[in-house]
Amino acid sequence: MADLVTFTIDGRQVQAAPRTLLITAAKQAGIEIPAFCYYDGFSLQAACRMCLVEIEKTPKLQVACTTPVTEGMVVRTDSPQVAAARKGMLELLLTNHPLDCPVCDKGGECELQDMVFRYGAGESRFVETKQHVDERQWSPVVFYDKPRCILCYRCVRVCDEGLGVGALGVGDRGSASEIIPNRGDHLECDECGACIDICPVGALTSGTYRYQTRPWEMDHVGTICTFCSNGCKTTLGVRNGEITRANNRDKSGVNGEFLCVKGRYGFDFNHHPERLTAPLVRVNGKLAPASWAQALATVGKKFAEVKQRGGKFGVIGSNHTTNEENYYLQNFARQALGTSNIDHRRTGDVATLIDALHGHAGALATTADLYTTPAALIIGSDLSQQHPFLAWQLRANFRHHQAKVFAITSGPIREDRYAAKTMRAAEGEELTAVESFREHLAQQKSLVILFGDSIKGDAVRKLVAFGDSLGIPVSYVPLVDYSNSRGASDMGVLPDLLPGYHGVREAGLEPGLAYDAILSATDLDALYVVQENPFAKTPLASTGAFVVVQDLFLTETAERADVVLPAASAYEKAGTVTNVCGEVQKLKAGAKTMGAKTDLEIMGLISKEMGVSIGIWKHDTVFAEVRKSVPGYNVALPVVETGGAAPTFPVNGRVPLEDRPDLISSDRNTLFLSGTLGRYSKMLTSVLEYPGKLYGQPVETELEMKEAQNT
Amino acid sequence: MLYNEPSPLEVKVVTRRFGKPDSEKIDTYLADEGYEAFKKTLTLTPEAIIDELKASSLRGRGGAGFPTGLKWSFVPRNTGKPAYIICNSDESEPGTCKDRLLMENDPHQLIEGMLIAGWTVRSPAGYIFIRGEYRYLIDIVDRAVAEAYERGFLGKNILGSGWDHDIYTHTGAGAYECGEESALLESLEGKRGIPRLKPPFPAVVGAFQCPTILNNCETFSAIPAIFRQGAEWFASLGPPKNGGTRMMCVSGHVNKPGVYELPLGFPLMRLINEVCGGMRNGKKLKAVIPGGSSSPCLRAEECDIGLDFDSIAKAKSMAGSGGIVVLDEDTDIVGLALRTIKFYQHESCGWCIPCREGTTWLKKILERYHGGGGREKDIDLIHEIAKGMFGRTFCALGDAAAMPTYTFIEKFRDEFEAYLQKSRPKQIPELALL
Repeated sequence: MADLVTFTIDGRQVQAAPRTLLITAAKQAGIEIPAFCYYDGFSLQAACRMCLVEIEKTPKLQVACTTPVTEGMVVRTDSPQVAAARKGMLELLLTNHPLDCPVCDKGGECELQDMVFRYGAGESRFVETKQHVDERQWSPVVFYDKPRCILCYRCVRVCDEGLGVGALGVGDRGSASEIIPNRGDHLECDECGACIDICPVGALTSGTYRYQTRPWEMDHVGTICTFCSNGCKTTLGVRNGEITRANNRDKSGVNGEFLCVKGRYGFDFNHHPERLTAPLVRVNGKLAPASWAQALATVGKKFAEVKQRGGKFGVIGSNHTTNEENYYLQNFARQALGTSNIDHRRTGDVATLIDALHGHAGALATTADLYTTPAALIIGSDLSQQHPFLAWQLRANFRHHQAKVFAITSGPIREDRYAAKTMRAAEGEELTAVESFREHLAQQKSLVILFGDSIKGDAVRKLVAFGDSLGIPVSYVPLVDYSNSRGASDMGVLPDLLPGYHGVREAGLEPGLAYDAILSATDLDALYVVQENPFAKTPLASTGAFVVVQDLFLTETAERADVVLPAASAYEKAGTVTNVCGEVQKLKAGAKTMGAKTDLEIMGLISKEMGVSIGIWKHDTVFAEVRKSVPGYNVALPVVETGGAAPTFPVNGRVPLEDRPDLISSDRNTLFLSGTLGRYSKMLTSVLEYPGKLYGQPVETELEMKEAQNT
Repeated sequence: MLYNEPSPLEVKVVTRRFGKPDSEKIDTYLADEGYEAFKKTLTLTPEAIIDELKASSLRGRGGAGFPTGLKWSFVPRNTGKPAYIICNSDESEPGTCKDRLLMENDPHQLIEGMLIAGWTVRSPAGYIFIRGEYRYLIDIVDRAVAEAYERGFLGKNILGSGWDHDIYTHTGAGAYECGEESALLESLEGKRGIPRLKPPFPAVVGAFQCPTILNNCETFSAIPAIFRQGAEWFASLGPPKNGGTRMMCVSGHVNKPGVYELPLGFPLMRLINEVCGGMRNGKKLKAVIPGGSSSPCLRAEECDIGLDFDSIAKAKSMAGSGGIVVLDEDTDIVGLALRTIKFYQHESCGWCIPCREGTTWLKKILERYHGGGGREKDIDLIHEIAKGMFGRTFCALGDAAAMPTYTFIEKFRDEFEAYLQKSRPKQIPELALL
């Protein structure tokens, strides 16, 4: 604390770290210096001139956004001169900004409105005509209204610096200056909508949200995105039970304001017309709507009957359901159905990593670590496409701390552009290739290794051995696909492991059938599938099996079912999920779909029908049990309850698991795909079909250039 | 070629070869002590060169009048990065037309000046950034550069010194803003011509993120003479701290407009009456714009000053780029204000709000005012908007637009008011009637 700088602002003596920008130091002191173009984390522009302040001994007003505080500096933000400057800037901004606030999407949460309200003039002296330019659509997601644009260049920076895409630029000059796509008249980008959210005014608007509602008519529900495994917090704008938008402007959650196209625009699957709203029961070979009571009775009766005659059950859990549901599901399978034939589709080898890391402390990296680690190694994953938030973290780390990123992938990835070293290796060859990085990696202070599904089984153990041999602290991120893939593994939705990676034999059980064996068993009597679509790839071998499916839609699997139970989506329930880095976060119910029930409730009701008691089906009760019985999940409740992310520390001893690398495969979803779920999002599918080559060849060419330079 | 008769009152230093046959050729140049100054500096240490420059009190001829020696001393050496030499020939200030003459008539003098700069910081390369509209000059300069290569003044191991230096020409794309040094660098690097955040200044982080000496064409052109004839001689040409001569570009209502090289401190009224042959048609002097259209105008009674940086600054205007516009009693100040702001509105790069929106608003009001739709309150409004822009923009373009505008109001308010009386409402937007 000794080397703090003391300066005076509005008559108050305050301290700040040396080189802190005045605008930040003032904020820390509780004094607002308004700005449009200044944006924390991105490059400085000094373009909007809103942050002009008076600094003693300097004749002109100075911009606070580029001036670092110095010892003894005397600053005034409340002088008449400063007030006049702010008022003047706002008046100038409003000369061409249309006052169409009543129909503008941003009305009510517009930074320009707020600033004019606070610092602006009540009356305009501008009596000339305004320049009008028609609105343009750049993609299914992004619309641009030039006259509203105040040219703060935030969109340009978030796209270029934040996302590493650089789809936006500035065109023309003077009062004709405007934001333009860098490729002709359309965007070739991630369609993530970060530019729209970061826009302080209504210049950029989104295809899903525009002209839908006024912001104050929505409830804002903070929950976790249900698509990929990165666990981004997304704030749903919910009106009359329907989600109208998703963003994260309050920068809460692990992701700050980051969201990808799925997080921002993929939510519309929730209101897809094909959403199931009533149970379906097969009558005379056809699925027909039935009441919940009928459907549950049918399932309960059949399950009880199969159980009684010692029949063979199969249970397939989900990558999207909550920890509570997964925990309850394995209880349901093992206790209510009395079977160990339970599994989920494994998208990454978490269990082997947990085993390989026995005796290592703190060897699982968190999402925050990716922003601070001095070095990272990506193996076998197109991170920007498959794990966009993790890629964002690494990119920010590179931008702010010059992190050294290494990558070994089978094809070109966006990280190549800034990676310290990058290399192509065929799948399965990565561990041989990594040896050539050894010297560079060993020089780093510490390292985070992110690996995809090509590192599985024995390869995971070899990777950990490699990490140990580097002689530096190494932590790992086993990349998995979906919002709770990690949780499904942690909660023991596995044939050989109980919650917390305890062997089933510890509980006196024998390991059951794994995913492939359940599907290929010809003598299966009943199959229970919770929010999963196994038949899309593999048909069920047992033609006579009684199949119960819980899902949002009539998927390939649901079509084969005898009873289909309409399930609630992740946006319609409470509970917790665990992201790819093992951080537990809380879901909050935002939307409602009439007729659908949460998987937890459905399981509870089925067990009740069967006359078995496996505990109360309330998410908080189940979570309390999870915290007690699953090692590593005894996280601080206030953290989770208040919307924080609590890292988990699964067992640190050996895991008695059976290596099944053949069962592990990622769906390799890109930004616009998400297994079955993504098919039902109108926006995701329209973005996919949108003409225009997405990420043409530039990555490849840049890489070639880099390689040419290296040789 | 020359466009006006020289005046006997001129002191020819940078223009001394003008008018000679084939003055742009290297043989003509070599026959007249060409590259002698550079050869001399090859024996000097960088410190000695910079000290000599400081002693000459040469100040930047582009507009700001910053001491050149001091500017060069800011360029860090031993950074491990190359340093670059940039000549700013993006001469775009209305009223200014000197760089083109220098490049057209004596390009080798410029190259020699740049070579001295290059040698001082052991730079590998220099760039001559030429205004896009001066396309025809590129051929002349390119020919001169080629000649310099042929005679071993450019290229590898120059004159056996072991030092390599290349010079390239580069054109702007027609933006006034690119005359601002950091916008020029952006443009040179192939980016949109917008100014950079300062600090760091180009001396430290300039072209391609490297230390850079960036001077005006006339500044570089003056350097050979300093090393040929001595700093003391050069400094003695003008008043203290204002060494040497300047090319004064006189336009407007005088009998003999043209470019005249005169020592700094030369009296403005003598320039008008003796060098330029007095006011055209015997009219009375109304005002003078002393340093390009961005400098605040001087009323006739304020014109009794010497033309050096400090004297003009004392008169609350600026020597700027040396573009002197003389206005007679018939000049329509409102029309002039409109023409001036139209230029700056057109040339505003659009980066910052006050300049982008301020110039546009001012232009709109002045168009209406000039068109007969003026209101009394517009006079104060124009003044306030311009004052509100001044000192608050990202770069000096905003100031350049604001200063003449509010000065016209301050010094010729009566004309604005009279305009209101004589004009009939013609082009008034509906709202303005309220």
